[in-house]
Amino acid sequence: MKKRKTYSMLINILMYASIALVVSLVVFLVGYVMGKGISNITWQLITTKPSKLNGTIGILPDILNTVYIVVLSLIFILPFGVGSAVYLSEYAENKTFVKIIEYAAEILSGIPSIIYGLVGMLLFSNNFGASLLSGALTLTIMNIPTVMRTTQESLKTVPQSYRDGAFGIGAGKWRVVRTIVLPNCVEGIITGSLLSVGRILGESAALLFTAGFAHTLNGVFDIFTSPGATLSVALYVYAKDDGEFGVAFAIAAILMIMTLLINLSAYLISKYFSKKRAN
Amino acid sequence: MKEIITSKNLCLWYGETKALNNINIEIPENKITALIGPSGCGKSTFLKTLNRMNDLIQGVKITGEIKYEGKNIFDTSVDVNELRKKIGMVFQKPNPFPMSIYDNIAYGPRTHGVKKKSELDVIVESSLKGAAIWEEVKDKLNKSALSLSGGQQQRLCIARSLAVKPKVLLMDEPTSALDPISSAKIEELILSVKEKVTVIIVTHNMQQALRVSDKTAFFLLGELIETNDTKILFNDPMDERTGDYVNGRFG
Repeated sequence: MKKRKTYSMLINILMYASIALVVSLVVFLVGYVMGKGISNITWQLITTKPSKLNGTIGILPDILNTVYIVVLSLIFILPFGVGSAVYLSEYAENKTFVKIIEYAAEILSGIPSIIYGLVGMLLFSNNFGASLLSGALTLTIMNIPTVMRTTQESLKTVPQSYRDGAFGIGAGKWRVVRTIVLPNCVEGIITGSLLSVGRILGESAALLFTAGFAHTLNGVFDIFTSPGATLSVALYVYAKDDGEFGVAFAIAAILMIMTLLINLSAYLISKYFSKKRAN
Repeated sequence: MKEIITSKNLCLWYGETKALNNINIEIPENKITALIGPSGCGKSTFLKTLNRMNDLIQGVKITGEIKYEGKNIFDTSVDVNELRKKIGMVFQKPNPFPMSIYDNIAYGPRTHGVKKKSELDVIVESSLKGAAIWEEVKDKLNKSALSLSGGQQQRLCIARSLAVKPKVLLMDEPTSALDPISSAKIEELILSVKEKVTVIIVTHNMQQALRVSDKTAFFLLGELIETNDTKILFNDPMDERTGDYVNGRFG
């Protein structure tokens, strides 16, 4: 009896210790980065481009490049990711074929991103030059499996009875998909896209190869030809090449805040949709 | 009496399993036909064959023919969406779409090309009236259909089917998920729509078949044992097995 009590106490202590470790790691990491970063975020830093002449550093180009890459990648990812998910779940009749593609997608999402970078460099940068476009295309290949899988999962949650009801009054396949199935998956699609955005924000290896690491200030129409560093890449460059740790931590803090906002919006969006369904 | 649907030597397989064996039946127009039989006898399968909902299931093989208004529905020239518009379906569990009451009813007409708001308004009102639910929902047409009770949802689904002006309405145990009072309302509704549409109803409830149907068909193990006027089939069946079933000796 006593042995049992000691044993369960021991297990309890171990569990609390693990939780404490995890929580303190997160707190430490966030605290450390924010502590070092926030104070370095200045108006001048986020609104100007770096100037050798004045000896100032600005990350406006990197912020803009990040936005370009995220938007451009999503423009490519969404139609292909959602489209292939719809095909596999709603249209494909050969189940073996579907299984093979699903399995391939699982493998693709596990491949280290630096390999995508290498392939992207040979495939895209060789043709379009080192540019934001090449970077976005590389990230597209990287993220299609994620969006495809999350979309597929949410397609499965749409009750068959909805489809039956629509088919039963003579709606064709595409109409059922467009008006009944997809509107009920918006939540899953958005969640998948946000996951991808998070991954794009944090990506550096694949982009070093394909979009380069210049802090060039690009206009919207430069993205197809001009290279440029995103925030993550800039973080690497400032810390490793220039030894500007203040700037590096400022970027790190900005990235963390963005990640937090993305997670928050994913949560709010799914809450909004579950509430909308309820009434 | 005119037939609207005739089935000739219809056989159906799910993969290797034969689910329907040589079904021959004539469904009279503007009457209510009940399909009865124990679970797994093929009555629901037969019902779903009539508007080709079985097309959606993999591995279904069909031989023989079903004629709707004189034309074989399995013919390659038949537009299956057009067929399902003419032969509507109400399911076992109420399945309104997760949208407003109005949009639920308007879904069918919109699918078949009605765009004008004024036309849709008329269809929505008349369909809801036809399904005896207008008074209950007229003030909350923009509310989600999922906020209605089970019985109301089922009447909404009937209204949704009526909105595309079908000639035939297939009902697959439409009251089995409902309480007795809601069931009674649905039965009343079935009786009231038969002037405009032919109803074919699958039911497990013998009393229901007796109350609503003009004709009854008894299925057993994938075969059609007997079809007759409901009163005759229940009181003076030709086949011994029919008598045993309707008197509750098995099933």
